[in-house]
Amino acid sequence: MRPSDLLTMTPSGLYCPQADAHIDPVRPVRRALITHGHSDHARAGHGAVLATDETLGIMAVRYGPDFAGATQAVRYGERVDLNGVTVSYHPAGHVLGSAQIALQCGGVRIVASGDYKRARDPTCAPFELVPCDVFITEATFGLPVFRHPDTRHEVDRLLASVRVFPDRAHIVGAYALGKAQRLMALIREAGYEEPIYVHGAMERLTQFYQDQGVQLGEIRKVQAAERPKLGGAIVICPPSATQDLWARKFPDPVTAFASGWMRVRARARQKGVELPLVVSDHSDWDDLCATILQTGAGEVWVTHGQEDALVHWCVTRGIRAQPLHMLGYGDEGEVEPETNVLAGEAAPAEAAT
Amino acid sequence: MNRFAELLDRLGYEPGRNNKLRLMTDYFRTTPDPERGFALAALAGGLSFANAKPGLIRALIAERTDPVLFGLSYDYVGDLSETVALLWPSPAESHARAEPTGFDGDLDLVEPRPVARGHNRPPPSLAEVIESLQVSHRSDLPGLLARWLDGLDETGRWALLKLITGSLRIGVSARLAKSAVAALGELDPNDIEEVWHGLEPPYESLFAWVEGRGPRPEATDPAPFRPPMLAHPIDDSDFDSLDPAEMTAEWKWDGIRVQVVGGTRPDGRRVQRLYSRTGEDISNSFPDLVEAIDFDGAIDGELLILREGRVQSFNVLQQRLNRQSVSPRMLVEFPAHVRAYDLLHWGEEDLRPLPFCDRRERLEAMLAAAGNPRFDISPLIPFRTWEELAAARANPGEAGAGVDAAAVEGCMIKRADSPYVPGRPKGLWWKWKHDPHVIDAVLMYAQRGHGKRSSFYSDYTFGVWRDGPAGEELVPVGKAYFGFTDAELAELDRFVRRNTINRFGPVREVTHEPDRGLVLEIAFEGLNRSTRHKSGVAMRFPRVSRIRWDKPPAEADRMEILEKLLRREAELDESAES
Repeated sequence: MRPSDLLTMTPSGLYCPQADAHIDPVRPVRRALITHGHSDHARAGHGAVLATDETLGIMAVRYGPDFAGATQAVRYGERVDLNGVTVSYHPAGHVLGSAQIALQCGGVRIVASGDYKRARDPTCAPFELVPCDVFITEATFGLPVFRHPDTRHEVDRLLASVRVFPDRAHIVGAYALGKAQRLMALIREAGYEEPIYVHGAMERLTQFYQDQGVQLGEIRKVQAAERPKLGGAIVICPPSATQDLWARKFPDPVTAFASGWMRVRARARQKGVELPLVVSDHSDWDDLCATILQTGAGEVWVTHGQEDALVHWCVTRGIRAQPLHMLGYGDEGEVEPETNVLAGEAAPAEAAT
Repeated sequence: MNRFAELLDRLGYEPGRNNKLRLMTDYFRTTPDPERGFALAALAGGLSFANAKPGLIRALIAERTDPVLFGLSYDYVGDLSETVALLWPSPAESHARAEPTGFDGDLDLVEPRPVARGHNRPPPSLAEVIESLQVSHRSDLPGLLARWLDGLDETGRWALLKLITGSLRIGVSARLAKSAVAALGELDPNDIEEVWHGLEPPYESLFAWVEGRGPRPEATDPAPFRPPMLAHPIDDSDFDSLDPAEMTAEWKWDGIRVQVVGGTRPDGRRVQRLYSRTGEDISNSFPDLVEAIDFDGAIDGELLILREGRVQSFNVLQQRLNRQSVSPRMLVEFPAHVRAYDLLHWGEEDLRPLPFCDRRERLEAMLAAAGNPRFDISPLIPFRTWEELAAARANPGEAGAGVDAAAVEGCMIKRADSPYVPGRPKGLWWKWKHDPHVIDAVLMYAQRGHGKRSSFYSDYTFGVWRDGPAGEELVPVGKAYFGFTDAELAELDRFVRRNTINRFGPVREVTHEPDRGLVLEIAFEGLNRSTRHKSGVAMRFPRVSRIRWDKPPAEADRMEILEKLLRREAELDESAES
């Protein structure tokens, strides 16, 4: 069996004809295999969804309990047979419940990694390497300028700023699912014990993490009236809210943003960020390259992000590689900041979850 | 070096002056000598490294990266220093990452994370970098730079490359850096200025003094900068309490305020310097003036361009100010001149405690004795009542300024008995400037501000009407971001949000139709021709003076008004030139 027979591109997304299943489809399908809960990968309205228990939980928080006709939870490493195709889910280290999906049939194994990272994250299971023939990798940060620093250092910078400016509120933009909770956990690891304040838009997902046993310390929802009194506090909110009317009532706010994009100074400036924190839930360039080599894959399909550089790099290493131009991804998580600002203002859908 | 780099990085993002100060003061407080002293030198702009050129940096990165990947990266980042800082394969950063679980492969394959060459080097200190650069030979530079880049983290590499290429661009003036040092010991920034020009990096005696551990450094410089005395804008209500008999008045010239200082070293060598009002040594830009300093003393005055005895307009002066190097032709076509206001020092004597009228006598005597054509005195305006002064101010040409009237931007009022007090003391000096030009313009675009204003649309691009190819159109003529109160800002912001018709990143285009939109009354000080702007004009010091909620955009001003003003300013220039 050729890899392209096992998995093919359709307008709805990656499709396995023999299993009659799509991976992270962008429109409603009969059977969907979902890698993780970000809204560009996990959409409502499918006939049946196979995902980890945590991902199903996140989808229920966001879309309500009836987000799909039927659901089936799968454990990491468990093998599920779909019409002769062996499907298994393996930790991707991206957010709570995130998985790479391995499809195996007729001696061919393809791993669709979804979004993944190799850096340490106290809020989810670490990435697990799955040797394969074809590796489908993301390329959100697929340029060699993206090399994420140690997150401890970034959190130290935030706490140092709180020390120098004890009367200013530190408003930290972070994606509501994953980044926000990881940041909270990292701040706790650095020894910060004050309450951490959150925007209402991330309250339920944060509660979900805590219900799953992730230790985040005392988390308080910001009450509108108390904003002027939050000098010296750390406040985590969706990225668009840092530029919103909402942020104005805090005392002389320091605008921070936790994202891999913050590595490039011009990107941070365009967003009006004063304290850029390079904290990413995606692989940086070095980890993308390392992971590709470690999987032993002879062929690499590169999806959403900076495909060109990664494809070039593969070819110089003698690995067959091609870009997969998939539409509809990158709407949540670490999408290019400019687009996100506009999307955030025009449609505060994210804030409603 | 890494800590200094983090400071630079943070300063670059921080828009607020007071917050910049706090960041620097915190750095100086927590960083030992001599590192902080070299940091102060770098922040105050006193360092330059002749041999470090972008070509060298390109060559270093080309040896270390795939050209295709470098090209894609540079296109994306758009800044050479930053691209190199991000791409540099540093052994210092090849820290172990999470080992893969479930796989037992050969990790030596992992590239491009480099294999450390030899042992990891400790990052260089800022002191090491600066001292080495000053003594190293050009041919040693590539090796030296590569070694340092290997030892630094990304921010450190970025700061190093910015430092050696001389483009920090973090919005910190020398004055602000000195203010941060002063704040360490609750001193006034002027106290730092007084001793500054006798000191060298790393300024250990300065820090010792500021922190109360040592004596005030001796000002050994024979031609030091002395912080200038500044005036308050006068208010109509001030006149009632001021007695004309106790005051003097003189023209306020539209040039740049300078301090001209000459001195003699103990070994007899002459020192001649020209300082800007912020204490920047600008001698190199005005060699014609500097070589004419044949006295031991300090004059406070206005730098002007004089052609055949006539003062040229600020527009003419600006043509010389904008040049990096001074050509012989420039010296002939734009001869620099100082019109003296005050004498601060003469020989061994500090004149600043004397009353203004006494200093003025000394200044007159000194200039008369010297007979130096590069210097003359700013004449006093005779007046007995405020009405007489108002009349003189309204018509400087008739009141003594003569052909130089075009270069007068108002008048100065000084107490005859005022000592020379650095800073802006109350109740001694006032400035009474000409009324600004005012136009009604239409708001076209708004951009978000910074800092406290980062969630407000507070930068406004405005336009006036003109005949376009397709009928009446608005052409942008300037940008203003102050002049309004916080309450007005909130109203303007609301207007922008409710009337947005387009978005471009942080910029919003706002409705601007003849019958719908917002008229802003814009005040400004002058108008220049400019090729940078679509309209061909550039305003000096534009600000919002009133918000005309009542006025329909169709009734805003037209381009012809600005063209007329431009012609009038050009005529004044010409009449002054002829």
